[in-house]
Amino acid sequence: MTTATATLNEYHQPSRLTLLFRYLRRNMSLVVGVLIILGLVAFTVIGFLTLDTKDAYPLSTKARQPPSLEYPLGTDFFGRDLYAAMVVGMWQTALIGVMAGAIGTFIGVVLGFTSAYFGGLADGGIKGVCQVLTPIPVFLIQVVIAGSLDKRSVTIYTMALIVVLFSWMGPTLVIRSQVLSMKERQFVSVAKLSGLGDGGIIFGEMLPNLLPFIAAAFVGQVFSAVFASFYLAVVGLGPLREPLLGNTIWAAQTQGAFFNGWWWWPLAPAVAMVLILSSLALINMGLDELANPRVRRTE
Amino acid sequence: MSIKIILQRLAFLLLVIWSAATITFFIPRISTRNPIRERFGVLARSGGFSPQDMEAIVQSYNRKFGLDKPLLVQYWDYVSSLARGDLGVSLFKFPKTVSELIMEALPWTIGLLLVTTILSFIIGNLLGAIAAWPRAPGWMRGIATPFVMMMGVPPVLLGVFLLFFIAFRMKVFPLGGAYSIGIVPSQTVEFYADVLRHMLLPALALIFGQVGGWVLSMRGMGITIQGEDYVNFAEHKGLGAYTIFKDYYLRNAMLPQVTGFALALGSVITSGIIIEQLFALPGIGTALIDAIKFNDFLAIYGIVLFITIAVAVLMVMVELLYPLIDPRIRQG
Repeated sequence: MTTATATLNEYHQPSRLTLLFRYLRRNMSLVVGVLIILGLVAFTVIGFLTLDTKDAYPLSTKARQPPSLEYPLGTDFFGRDLYAAMVVGMWQTALIGVMAGAIGTFIGVVLGFTSAYFGGLADGGIKGVCQVLTPIPVFLIQVVIAGSLDKRSVTIYTMALIVVLFSWMGPTLVIRSQVLSMKERQFVSVAKLSGLGDGGIIFGEMLPNLLPFIAAAFVGQVFSAVFASFYLAVVGLGPLREPLLGNTIWAAQTQGAFFNGWWWWPLAPAVAMVLILSSLALINMGLDELANPRVRRTE
Repeated sequence: MSIKIILQRLAFLLLVIWSAATITFFIPRISTRNPIRERFGVLARSGGFSPQDMEAIVQSYNRKFGLDKPLLVQYWDYVSSLARGDLGVSLFKFPKTVSELIMEALPWTIGLLLVTTILSFIIGNLLGAIAAWPRAPGWMRGIATPFVMMMGVPPVLLGVFLLFFIAFRMKVFPLGGAYSIGIVPSQTVEFYADVLRHMLLPALALIFGQVGGWVLSMRGMGITIQGEDYVNFAEHKGLGAYTIFKDYYLRNAMLPQVTGFALALGSVITSGIIIEQLFALPGIGTALIDAIKFNDFLAIYGIVLFITIAVAVLMVMVELLYPLIDPRIRQG
């Protein structure tokens, strides 16, 4: 009896910070992913502060230097400092990813809501278009678009637009299915019965509850945008002047870097890309666990 | 499987093909680039004819290919010739037809992609099933881990690392190309051995890139099946571990994976195009990128459509064959 009351008195709610740490300990993929991203951000920021970004463009340094103290990652055939090229390329990759990710997620949320909440003709149309477009290998269409553009009009921004043009189907279908199930929940019926309009229900009741899914969809979109823009650049369809990571690999390959013994040239962007993609994949897995309680592990 | 469902799937297939045809038809036409002008521009620069002649030549070629007609008329011509199975001629590699272009490149692509996709499917599913199988020895379950870690890495990056470590540092395999310079393609053992040596690294890159996905989905499937009554029943019947693994466990866990296989064929084509570029293989991806370099839009249409149709047909075929392997959804 006494022991029971004692434990009852001793129990106190842990602080929010402790709870957060406990959760993060269970969700290691989120932690590792975020740590890698932070490391990459630090690399880019330090690079921008200490370097002249002009070194990332041709004819700025001695050409074909292997990695040394002066050039930590070496220089390429065209006289670019690869360390500077990595810093600028990483920043541009992030720019494309975030832009395309934001636009794609926004389109997905708008279409998904319209489709599921209002139903009927809109739902049939949106769902039908998504279903027809899904089996078409999207990369082929992106290749055709990027190839049809005049070389000079391909920039970082057009890359983001090309990538987003056929990649909003995924988030649309995810948000649609979530809204469909949430529409039947009781709190939505209560809101409806108490006279709340469509706008109030969507923005006040449903959207806040969907935030984890939207976040997961956003990270997924960033991942696929980085992936797609990297692929386009690797086949030589990127903005050729820019030191985008894929462009650097393409340039190295067309100049026969391995044949000529310049091994450091394609290797630097490849390692950078592996770090970016794996951190995004880890964060995506972690957010998935956060958004989807069914796969959430207990303490 | 009723006739109605088959017809429904075929109608859907036609819709997908038509959408792909329409999208690919209109995009290159927005471009300001003219492949005929570009081709004769190269010829003119290397000496030959004056700019006035050049205009006349471009005009006559435009007429020959029907490029002077209104866009909608061209679209109609294109769709109707497509329906007859005629993909037209390549603008840049004239007089070669687009079908010839595809047929030359196709064996390389099919050889590489089909073999690697099937191999990764088998390896990945076996490793995934073992990883979820509680009676498997620990070291066997551990094999799958490195593959899962490689999952987020696109095959082209694995290709770069393989090129560096195996071809550049160890000098075991060639750095690119489909066969050695100086070897004439022929039906001899030496030629095939040489091709195989050149194909090994691209194949490894594609396999390493794909196995992890199969391991993960198969392991998930395997874990849900373990609790099923029929597996418990088989154990209580006293069947051997191997029989249970093969006939009760693997057979049932495989079913959803087969659908995944059709989807994988669709996505592997993307990796295939890039890998062909990286290793300088003369496959269909290289043919596409070459066509794009010169805005040879008839070749672009042909190749994109060919790939889309191939992928869509494979997907529908797998879907229609599904009842054969899963008796539960066989309909009357």
